[in-house]
Amino acid sequence: MSTKQPLSHLDWLEAEAIHILREVAGQCANPVLLFSGGKDSLCILRLAEKAFRPGRFPFPLMHIDTGHNYQEVINFRDQRAAELGERLIVRSVEDSMKRGTVVLKTPDEPRNKHQSVTLLEAIEEFGFDCCIGGARRDEEKARAKERIMSFRDEFGQWDPKNQRPELWNLYNARVHKGENIRAFPISNWTEMDVWQYIEREKLELPSIYFAHQRDIVMRNGAIFPVNVPLTSGEVINQPKAGEEVINMQVRFRTVGDVTCTAPVLSDADDVSKIVVETATTTITERGATRLDDQTSEASMEQRKKEGYF
Amino acid sequence: MTTQHNDSLLRFMTCGSVDDGKSTLIGRLLYDTKTILADTLNNIARTSQKRGMEAVDLSLLTDGLQAEREQGITIDVAYRYFSTGTRKYIIADAPGHEQYTRNMVTAASTANLAIILIDARKGVLTQTRRHSYLAHLVGIPHIVVAVNKMDLVNYDQATYEKIKADYITFASEIGLAQARDIKFIPMSALNGDMLVDRLDNMNWYQGETLLELLEAAPAAHSDQAEKFRFPVQFVCRPHDSANPELHDFRGFMGRVESGSIAVGDSVTVLPNGYQSKVKAIQLGNEQLQSAQTEQSITLLLEDEIDTSRGDMIVKTSEAPEAVKQIEAHVCWLSETPLSPARTYIVRHTTRESKAKIGSIQYKVDVNTLEQQATSDLKMNDIARVSFKLAQPLMVDSYDKNRATGAFIVIDESSNNTVGAGMIV
Repeated sequence: MSTKQPLSHLDWLEAEAIHILREVAGQCANPVLLFSGGKDSLCILRLAEKAFRPGRFPFPLMHIDTGHNYQEVINFRDQRAAELGERLIVRSVEDSMKRGTVVLKTPDEPRNKHQSVTLLEAIEEFGFDCCIGGARRDEEKARAKERIMSFRDEFGQWDPKNQRPELWNLYNARVHKGENIRAFPISNWTEMDVWQYIEREKLELPSIYFAHQRDIVMRNGAIFPVNVPLTSGEVINQPKAGEEVINMQVRFRTVGDVTCTAPVLSDADDVSKIVVETATTTITERGATRLDDQTSEASMEQRKKEGYF
Repeated sequence: MTTQHNDSLLRFMTCGSVDDGKSTLIGRLLYDTKTILADTLNNIARTSQKRGMEAVDLSLLTDGLQAEREQGITIDVAYRYFSTGTRKYIIADAPGHEQYTRNMVTAASTANLAIILIDARKGVLTQTRRHSYLAHLVGIPHIVVAVNKMDLVNYDQATYEKIKADYITFASEIGLAQARDIKFIPMSALNGDMLVDRLDNMNWYQGETLLELLEAAPAAHSDQAEKFRFPVQFVCRPHDSANPELHDFRGFMGRVESGSIAVGDSVTVLPNGYQSKVKAIQLGNEQLQSAQTEQSITLLLEDEIDTSRGDMIVKTSEAPEAVKQIEAHVCWLSETPLSPARTYIVRHTTRESKAKIGSIQYKVDVNTLEQQATSDLKMNDIARVSFKLAQPLMVDSYDKNRATGAFIVIDESSNNTVGAGMIV
């Protein structure tokens, strides 16, 4: 063939991600797929189906639960894992708190960053040598230089100065005991690519990604969800004295810990509307929604050094 | 940005140092294609102001990690993304300084186009030669020579033509002009001349803008017909399945590294040499009649053949040689020098072999391009090296096939990737 028809960008990204997942399966003895129920990890589940079916996934799924997740997302997580017939491991930040390995500065401190501790404990418990995650390089500048297979030492630390050169599609996932690799199959995807892939593959998502009515307050210039029920029955994010509770139509661009993930105003109630909204938004995904990344210019870089994925 | 699905994807790299306006060029591309969103722009506007600048400094968009800012250096290749609605782009942004040869080689390894920046006031410099040589060595098929900062030479056509002529002379000397597609463009990344918009300052230039060149560049690495190469990544045998139809399922999973394959084609599995025919090609639940370069697929063969990761499926009529000795251009990537006495691991496609150094014929001075005798290799050195292998590898020359001509060298004790090789 002298005239080659190039793959469309989604086909190319899909093929690359499948290749990365299969390299993990081929090179690592005991990998695990981090699965939160969020949109990026749902894309990875579809990619894993395309990579490994009709066989089973050559890795279990694992969620590091802060205990502060939207119940819609937790229910969806369990439902999806059951539909796939794959094993789901859940390890909880609250268990780490009980063990005393996670100590919160204040009871309402966001728990996102403490997931690192629980993750490292789970890696040790199961002896995982590779964690597959849904991080993307377009999310944040500390991610722009991240490898597809990123090396972490035995303390789970990411050292930006000590990463393996990554050439062609020849990935090196070799580790010594105790060390591990974080593998990012959708490194080269943008938020838009993710939504276009969800649209093309007709992926189901937790309902909170779509426009819905919700009680919120305005706190520090951001939309803050209040009175959020958890699967435990507890209701958190109480409004503070003087805050006016408003019921508004919102959706989440990213899902995470209830205490630090803000929704955006939106009337996008299906995937095609979200694609349009993503194309016309003026705020980045993290800028709009991650209250914990705004503490300092380098906070993601700092957390990654401490073992965050 | 539009919501249209892009027809294709192009990976390119930018070569140049900070002084050439590389960061400004990338910032300008991202800004003019509306990839930069308001909050990011506000952030860099604030930083520009803090640093005492009058206008928003677009180069801050590619400002690096805290660790880099503290040391005032760029450590690493950064990847950036933008999209035009017809094409998605992945930019590999590599620092251009001599001591970062390894980063340039890394960025080049996945790029199909290189933008080589030249400062219009300075013309073809030593670093221009170095960048061009490395782009050539790593086999980037399309080169765009961007003569930047034209605003600082009053948009003078003669200056541009002189630099273009100088570059062509040099590129012919190293064989680049003969082997690659080279295009020239005058521009000012700072003002935005000839990037996304033409503007009015260089009406003497009738060629394409940078974005027009990027949109038109072929996405495929090679426009030649390439031989089918399918390294097996993983074998799927779901025999524990409850579904009896799957008891005999044996799928060979991998990515088509080059060429194409269709149901019914005769294939050989290397290194053992077993022959069979393609029974089916699958992508997820889809049954395909054929598959082409870069598709990740599952191949089913008509015969039960014992095949595992590291084997390579090829068309029977175009099988490569299995060799136990290779000659290659090697870029050394590690702070620990190459030790000719040690045994290394060579990873080639999905296959690994122990390897010993046969000899180092010479190393190349990346500034003068002179060959020098040497007995060792240090970080950023480029040399011609021969290896003796414990296991056979199925190779093509890098010139003919980027996927089966490339390998990495791994240090068994640290597990680090210490070298990058291109088979001669």
